[in-house]
Amino acid sequence: MFGKLDLSAIPFSEPIALITSVVVILIAVGVLILITVKGWWPYLWHEWITSVDHKRIGVMYCLLGVVMLIRGFADAIMMRTQQAVAINAPGYLSPEHYDQIFTAHGTIMILFGAMPLVLGFMNFLVPLQLGVRDVAFPTFNSVGFWLTASGALLINVSLFVGEFARTGWLPYPPLSETAYTPGVGVDYYLWAVQISGVGTLITGINIVTTVLKMRCPGMSYLRMPVFCWTALASCLLIVATFPVLTATLAMLTLDRYLGWHYFTNTAGGNPMMFVNLVWAWGHPEVYILVLPAFGIFSEVFSTFSGKPLFGYRSMVAATLFICIVSMMVWLHHFFTMGAGPAVNTFFGISSSIIAVGTGVKIYNWIFTMYGGRVRFEVPMLWSMGFIFTFIIGGLTGVLLAIPPADFVTHNSMFLVAHFHNVIIGGVVFAVFAGLEFWFPKAFGFRLHEGWGKAAFWFAFIGFWVTFTPLYVLGLLGMTRRLQHINFEEWRPWLYISVIGVGILILGVISQATQLVVSIRDRQNLRDVTGDPWDGRSLEWATPSPPPFFNFAVMPDVEGEEAYWGIKLRAVETQQLSPEPTYEPIHMPVNSPVGFYTAFFTSVFGFAMVWYIWWLAILALVAAFAGFVVFAWRDVHEFEVPVEQVASVDRARRAARAALLDRLGTQEVLP
Amino acid sequence: MTYTGLPASIETIRRVREDPHRLGHRAHGAAEPVPGAGHGETGPARKRIIVGYGFWIYLLSDIVLFSCFFAAFAVLREATAGGPTISQIVDLPRVAFETTALLLSSYTCMLSYAAMNARSRLWTQIFLLITGFLGLVFVLLELQEFIELAARGITPQLSGMLTSFFGLVGLHGLHVTLGGLWLATMLAQVQVKGFRPEIVHRLICFNLFWHALDIVWIGIFTIVYLIGSGA
Amino acid sequence: MSLSQNPQGALRGVRRGGVPCLLSVGLASCSGGVLDPRGPVGADNATILINATVIMLAIVVPTILLALWVAWQYRASNPRGEYLPYWSYSGRIEAVVWSIPTLTVMFLSGLIWIGSYKVDPFRPLPSKVPPLEVQVVSLDWKWLFIYPQQGIASLNQLVIPAATPVHFSITSASVFNAFFVPQLGSMIYAMPGMVSQLHLQADDPGQLWGTSAHFSGDGFSDMQFQVKSVTDADFAAWVGSVRGAGPVLDRAAYAELTHQAQRVPPSTYGGIDPQLFHAVATQEIAPGPGPEPEGPSHAGREVSTGGKD
Repeated sequence: MFGKLDLSAIPFSEPIALITSVVVILIAVGVLILITVKGWWPYLWHEWITSVDHKRIGVMYCLLGVVMLIRGFADAIMMRTQQAVAINAPGYLSPEHYDQIFTAHGTIMILFGAMPLVLGFMNFLVPLQLGVRDVAFPTFNSVGFWLTASGALLINVSLFVGEFARTGWLPYPPLSETAYTPGVGVDYYLWAVQISGVGTLITGINIVTTVLKMRCPGMSYLRMPVFCWTALASCLLIVATFPVLTATLAMLTLDRYLGWHYFTNTAGGNPMMFVNLVWAWGHPEVYILVLPAFGIFSEVFSTFSGKPLFGYRSMVAATLFICIVSMMVWLHHFFTMGAGPAVNTFFGISSSIIAVGTGVKIYNWIFTMYGGRVRFEVPMLWSMGFIFTFIIGGLTGVLLAIPPADFVTHNSMFLVAHFHNVIIGGVVFAVFAGLEFWFPKAFGFRLHEGWGKAAFWFAFIGFWVTFTPLYVLGLLGMTRRLQHINFEEWRPWLYISVIGVGILILGVISQATQLVVSIRDRQNLRDVTGDPWDGRSLEWATPSPPPFFNFAVMPDVEGEEAYWGIKLRAVETQQLSPEPTYEPIHMPVNSPVGFYTAFFTSVFGFAMVWYIWWLAILALVAAFAGFVVFAWRDVHEFEVPVEQVASVDRARRAARAALLDRLGTQEVLP
Repeated sequence: MTYTGLPASIETIRRVREDPHRLGHRAHGAAEPVPGAGHGETGPARKRIIVGYGFWIYLLSDIVLFSCFFAAFAVLREATAGGPTISQIVDLPRVAFETTALLLSSYTCMLSYAAMNARSRLWTQIFLLITGFLGLVFVLLELQEFIELAARGITPQLSGMLTSFFGLVGLHGLHVTLGGLWLATMLAQVQVKGFRPEIVHRLICFNLFWHALDIVWIGIFTIVYLIGSGA
Repeated sequence: MSLSQNPQGALRGVRRGGVPCLLSVGLASCSGGVLDPRGPVGADNATILINATVIMLAIVVPTILLALWVAWQYRASNPRGEYLPYWSYSGRIEAVVWSIPTLTVMFLSGLIWIGSYKVDPFRPLPSKVPPLEVQVVSLDWKWLFIYPQQGIASLNQLVIPAATPVHFSITSASVFNAFFVPQLGSMIYAMPGMVSQLHLQADDPGQLWGTSAHFSGDGFSDMQFQVKSVTDADFAAWVGSVRGAGPVLDRAAYAELTHQAQRVPPSTYGGIDPQLFHAVATQEIAPGPGPEPEGPSHAGREVSTGGKD
C-alpha cells in the first residue's frame, strides 16, 4: 500500500534532523494558522498563488530562493563547524549525516537557492525593461514557478521522511547506483531536481520567446538593456543544456528503478558517460547563473555612475561569447580522469578563453565608472565587492583550468574556495545588489541603507575570512567532503574559517534586520517617484510598485536607455510629454493550473521515491486532467477599463510632475 | 546618500549643451518594419507567432534531449556484455512498416493543417483521426517488437547496449504516445470549441510536434536500425 | 579546545582502531602540501601553479587598483572628478580591453599546451633506472598496492625506492576514487573497469602521505595511506621481509578485501596471484558488493556501514 514507506523512515535516532524537522513543521503550521485566523487565504489565493503576473511570480521566485539560501547556509554552518571540531575526533555529525548535508548544501544552493533568485530577477525585470506587459506565456510561467517550488518541497521533505542523497551534489555513478546507495536519498535528489528542471526549462523558453518576440515599439536588439541580453543568453543556455540534465537523470533513474545499465559497474554500463553528460549541463549551468548576475552589475554600475554603460556593444558581444564558449569547456571538471594531453590542452585553453569575455566585462565596468558620478549606495558597494572578489575567483579559476595545476588542486579545498569565490562573489553579491536595487520597484519603499551597508561589510569580510583559509588548506593537500580530519596542522585554518562563518552570520542577521526595519519604517522610505535611484531603463518609468499592466501605454523607444531619454526631455522642457490617448488593456486571467499541477507533481515525486505506484499513477492522471480542464476554459483575458488605466497613469504623471516642479523651484536647472 | 533630485540628469543636459556632438552617442540604421513579426523595432509580435516561436524553442530542447539518448546509444553500442548484438535484434521488415506508418501520419497531419486553414472542421477531424490511427499502428508495432524481444529474453537489464537501445526507441515511443493523447484532446477541442484562435495555435504546435517526432524517427531508423542491421 | 591534547581525546583516538596511530601521529608529522614537492612531477606541478599565478597577478593587481582608483576618483562628492555623462565608447580603449585578456590567455595557453604534454600522467619519466611497477586497486575504503615484479602486495601502505620512477596502474574495485600523493604531484582517478596510468618519483627518502581525492562514500574521510620513500637497500630489505611472510593475496583473500571497511591498519601480503589486477580491472572479478546492512533496517534509509564515530 505504501511502498517502502513506514514509520522507521522518520529519523528518530538523529536528533539534529528530527528537531529541525519538528521546528520547521511547527513554524509552517503556525504560519498556516496565522493566515487562516487573519483570513488572508482569499488574498493569497487570488493575488499570489494563482497569479500569472510576471512581477508577482518573480517576487515569489526570489522569496523561494531566499528561504532556500537560508536552508543551504544552515547546512554550510554545520559543515564548517563539524570540520573544525572533528580534527582527530569524531565531531558531532556521523558520516551518513554529514554526507547528506554537503550533498543537500550543493544541490540547494545551486538549484533551489541561486536558480530561483536568478529566474526571479529575469521574470520581474525582462518585461518591464522591454516595455511590455507580460512574458510570452504567463500561465506557463506560473506552472514553471510552482514546479520549482515543488522540487524544493521534495528536498525539504527528505529531511523528515527518509534521507537525502549522500553522493555529492552531482551523484556520480557507480556510487549513486542502487548497488552502492540503496536508500531513497538519491531518489529524492532525482525527482526533486527533475521536477524543478522542467520548471526551469519552461521559464527558459518563456524568456527567450519574450526577448526575441515581445519588445515594445522601437526596442531593437541593440537598444535592450544589458540585463535583457544576459537574460537571453542565460535562457538560451537553459534551453540548450537543461534537457541534457533531464536526460542524464532519467538514465540514472532507469538504472535505479528498473535495473538498466546506462552507468552501472556491470553489464557494460559506462559511468564515464554520466560524468561527461552531467558536466555538459553542469558547466553551462554556472553561466546560466552568472550571466544574469553580470547583467545586474551592468545596470548598477551604469545607474550609480550616472553614465551609460561603457562599451555596450562590447558587453553584448562578450555575453554571447561566454554563452557559446561555456558549452565547450565541460571536460575541465575531470582533467584528472586521464583524457590525454591533447584533449586536456583543448579544454584547458577553451576554459581560459572564457576569462577573455569576463575580463572585457570587468574593464568595461571600470570604464563605466570613469568620468562618472559614482554614488556608493548599497547596490554599488556589492558591485565593488564583486569586482574585487570575482577577479580573484577568476584567477584561481584559470589556475584550475591549467591541467598540470589542476592535477594537484582538483577536488581539493582549493577548488571549493574557488567556486565559492565566483559563485558567492559573482551570483550572491549580484543577488543582494539586485534585491537592494529593485526592492523599491517591487514594493514601493526603499530598504534601510545603514543595515544594508552593515550587511555588505559583514558578508564581504566574512566571505574572505571563511574562504582564504580554504585556499591554503587546498594547497596543503586537504580534499573536499571530509567528515573528519586526520591532520593536526590544518586546525588553525579550519578555526579561522569558522570565525569567517560567524561574520557571515552577522551579515545574514543584518540583512534580516534591514528587512524588518525597512518594513517598520516603510512610510519614511516610501518611493513616491517610481525612480528612486535616478534610473535609466524602462522599469523606472513605471510607478513603484508598477500596476499589474506595467505600462498604461506601451512606450515608443527612440534610443538606448529608453527611460533616460524620456527623463532628459522632460527635465529639459520642464514638462512631461503630452498625455497619451488611453485605451482599454487586455490582460491574462489568473489561473490555478500552476499550483494544481505542482501539487500533483509533488505527490507524484513523493510516490515515486517511496515506490507507491498507485499514487504515482493517480497523481499523473490528476495532473493531466487538470491540464485538459485548463485547456477547456473559455475566458483567457479580461479587459482593464479605460478609466482604470487612465486614473493609474494620471497618478503616475502627477508624481512625475511634482518631481519636476521640485527641481524647477530648486533652480538647479542650467 | 540618496538624492531626491536628479542631479546627474541635470548635469547631463548642461553637458549636452556644451557638447552638441554627443560624443559616444550612437545612431542606429533604419530597420525594415515588419509589423507584428516581433522583428527589430516594430513592437511585440502577434500571438500566433509568439506561440509558434515558443514551441519551436521547446522542440529544440526536446531534440537536445533525444541527442543525449543518441549519444548514449553511440557510446554503449558495443557494450553487449556477452548478450546479443544490435544486428541480432533488428527486424527490418517491421521497422519498415513502422516507418511507413509514421511518415504517412506526418502527411495526413499536414493535410489536417491544410483543412484547418480552410476552416473545414470535418476534414480536419478526418485527417487528425487518420493521423492518430497511423500513430497508434506505429506504437503497437513498436510494442510488439519489444514484447517479442522480451519473450526471447532480450531485456534492457541484459547489457548496456540493450539499455541504450530500449531507452532511445522507448523515449521516441513515449513521445508518440503522449502526442496521441494530445491529439485525442485536440479532436475533442476542435469538435466542441471550433476554430478559435487558441485552438488553431494548439493545432499548429501539434503539427510541429508531430513532424519533429518524424525527424527524430528518421534518425533512429537510420542510426539504430539501418546501420545496426549491417553491423 | 584541542581534543588530541587531553588524555581523553587521545584515548578516543586509540579506540578508533589501528590506523589512528598512523594517521594522527604518523601522517601529522609530514602533512606537506602541493607547494612542498618531493619529486620531479610535483615540482613541475608546483612551478606551473606558481608561474601562472604570477603571470595573472601581473594583470589582476593593476586591474583591482585601477577599479579602486576610478571608483574613488569619480565619487560623486569629489569635485575634481570630471563628469562625462555621454562618454561611453572609445575604440582605442575597447581594443586595449579586449587585447589585455586575450594576450594573457594566449600566453597561458602556451603554458597549458606545454604543461599538459610535459606533465602528462601517462608519460614515463626520463630516468636511467627502470621504473618500479605498482598496481593500485581502490577498494571500499582502502588502498591495495600490488608489486608484480616483487610478487608482494601491501594494504594502505606504499613503499617505494627513492630516485626511482614508479609506474602506477590504477583501477577501482567499486566506485570512483582518485589516487593522490600531494607531495609527489599529479593525481589520477581510479575507475572501475578502466586502468589509468601514473608516473611519479620521489627524490629522497622520507615519510609522505597519500589520499583519495574523490568522495567515495561514508568511509572516505579515512582513505589515507602511508607513503614511505626509502633507499634502494631499504626497499630491497623491505621486499625481502615481506616476501613469503604473512598471507597470500589470492582471490579468496581479495574477496575478503572487497567488503566495506574503514580504518583498516596497514598490512602486507607475502605472495600474490599475478593475474589478480588484470581480473579486477577487466571486472572478471565482480565489483565490490557495496553496503551489506545488518540488523534492523530503516525504510529507505541506509544503515550506515561506516560505523558511527
